[in-house]
Amino acid sequence: MITSFLIKSLDRTIVIAVATLLALAILVPALNLLTAPDHPLHVPTYLVSLFGKYLTYALLALALDLVWGFCGILSLGHAAFFALGGYAMGMYLMRQIGARGSYGNPLLPDFMVFLNWKELPWFWYGFDMFWFAALMVVLVPGLIAFVFGWFAFRSRVNGVYLSIITQAMTYALLLAFFRNDMGFGGNNGLTDFKDILGFNIQADGTRAALFAASALALAVFLVITSGIVRSKFGKVLVALRDAESRTRFLGYRVEHMKLFAFTVSAMMAGIAGALYVPQVGIINPGEFEPGNSIEVVIWTAVGGRGTLIGPIIGAILVNGGKSIFTAAFPEFWLFALGGLFVLVTLFLPKGVVGTAQQHVSRRRAYREARGDKDAGLPAAEPMAAE
Amino acid sequence: MTDKKPKSLLYLDGVSVSFDGFKALNSLSFIVEPGELRAIIGPNGAGKTTMMDIITGKTRPDEGEVFFKGDIDLTRKDEAEIAQLGIGRKFQKPTVFESHTVWDNLELALNRHRGVFATLFYRLTGEDKNRIEEILSTVRLTARRDDLAANLSHGQKQWLEIGMLLAQEPELLLVDEPVAGMTDAETAETALLLKEIARTRSVVVVEHDMGFIRDLGVKVTCLAEGSVLAEGSIDFVSNDPTVIENYLGR
Repeated sequence: MITSFLIKSLDRTIVIAVATLLALAILVPALNLLTAPDHPLHVPTYLVSLFGKYLTYALLALALDLVWGFCGILSLGHAAFFALGGYAMGMYLMRQIGARGSYGNPLLPDFMVFLNWKELPWFWYGFDMFWFAALMVVLVPGLIAFVFGWFAFRSRVNGVYLSIITQAMTYALLLAFFRNDMGFGGNNGLTDFKDILGFNIQADGTRAALFAASALALAVFLVITSGIVRSKFGKVLVALRDAESRTRFLGYRVEHMKLFAFTVSAMMAGIAGALYVPQVGIINPGEFEPGNSIEVVIWTAVGGRGTLIGPIIGAILVNGGKSIFTAAFPEFWLFALGGLFVLVTLFLPKGVVGTAQQHVSRRRAYREARGDKDAGLPAAEPMAAE
Repeated sequence: MTDKKPKSLLYLDGVSVSFDGFKALNSLSFIVEPGELRAIIGPNGAGKTTMMDIITGKTRPDEGEVFFKGDIDLTRKDEAEIAQLGIGRKFQKPTVFESHTVWDNLELALNRHRGVFATLFYRLTGEDKNRIEEILSTVRLTARRDDLAANLSHGQKQWLEIGMLLAQEPELLLVDEPVAGMTDAETAETALLLKEIARTRSVVVVEHDMGFIRDLGVKVTCLAEGSVLAEGSIDFVSNDPTVIENYLGR
């Protein structure tokens, strides 16, 4: 059952993408750790972390694509699930600091000592254990998405209304996490991490391992997502995206289908956030900013929604551009991003990857049409004339 | 009328529904027997589509009873449940899944478990494959099985939709204007197809095309202003003075 699910997920593009990711997972850490700093192929550690960050963004974009590209749910709150996963990881990293904090309290993180708290709040229990934190990375975003989706999809909230309430959700979380008495470090968030699984989080080796973990996670979820969209379930998702009420009249419980996709997607976003936090070294409420979720939509649109590789390429392209652009002309980045979205919507509605795929299939149709003509058969007008 | 309830496949009694004060259905009563093919005619706004909406759970009636197979209360179920019970519906406008192939459209319609995990780990069995191939040849789309539904002609989309209904294996089929926009030849073929389908299940057809209904040669119900005006053979109904006044005469 599971094997057939996985075999179905593998087509040529997915195999190539997974192979590339696995090669990167080995090559980049190797070039970072095994070459001397002055070697021409040496990859400096800051780049390893930067690319590692892009890979977690790519995973977030892939998660959004599952619900937006294949199921038609335009979530403008996906960065919230990313941030929740990030906070769960951040709480583990805080507990690892132990007595090495500025106040030297073995149990309480610095900000709690600063706020004069005497004991650890109940929801911080267990986060000293990695397995527990890892579980929460998946469970907390998943549970919030499940409850949110349960109400939204059952009440048949659709389209722009759903998008607006996802924005409201991430904004509400932003306000909540800003509060000091919530117990998540207020506007400073969680930072000054020392160790992860006993390894120094600043060390080159740890950074390289985090990069490899990000590439691996992206590869694994690419295969899982591909399996989902290629299964009959995936076909139902596309069907309900295009004609929701028709799908209901075929006897499918549309709300269950959406709820499953939304929850899985939120869990993926949580894992992306958990890999992001140790690589950037901080998590604060700014990650819940509504603008962040909209940026994810732009990455996905640029790469090509409804394709699996598209959002990955889009996330890396746009963020690479952002890194270069914000260094050169910091004040113009938002204009560039807005302009990019408008241009992509107008001229590349299927995104970079979608447009390329369309081009390839048109050329194939053209060639077939010409082949037919050569064989003396009446052929349709070549598609490429369009 | 209550004694008819257990035997009939579909039983509507005193069904009324209004939208913003407009009475779309006005204590409509209507019975379909197992294996019956029934045609419904009536002027625009007579409540034909609203009646289908009520049977399939899209609209809830303000009052009245709707029972399926004697004792299943359809007013308490939603669209998906009603579809799973065995009521299929074809819409006025052909709605097929345009970004799926003809084959996938039929595979989705196939009457199998429709839960999240059942579909996630679904594998096309030989039995399902044969069934889809059989339906493809019934609706004459075998040659186009791998084409996207978006690329079919209007008539072919109508047939694909009928094929999807066959795949659903419903006991009761509601068909809304199946021949709208079809050529005469396609219309005649559709009449044959529907009669063929009605041999194994009940079918309710809403249609404006009187020639088509004559071709079907079945019992006709004329609706007007949300209730039944006349019921009987096509000749009986088309000679009824109130029907002429309300529908045919206009």
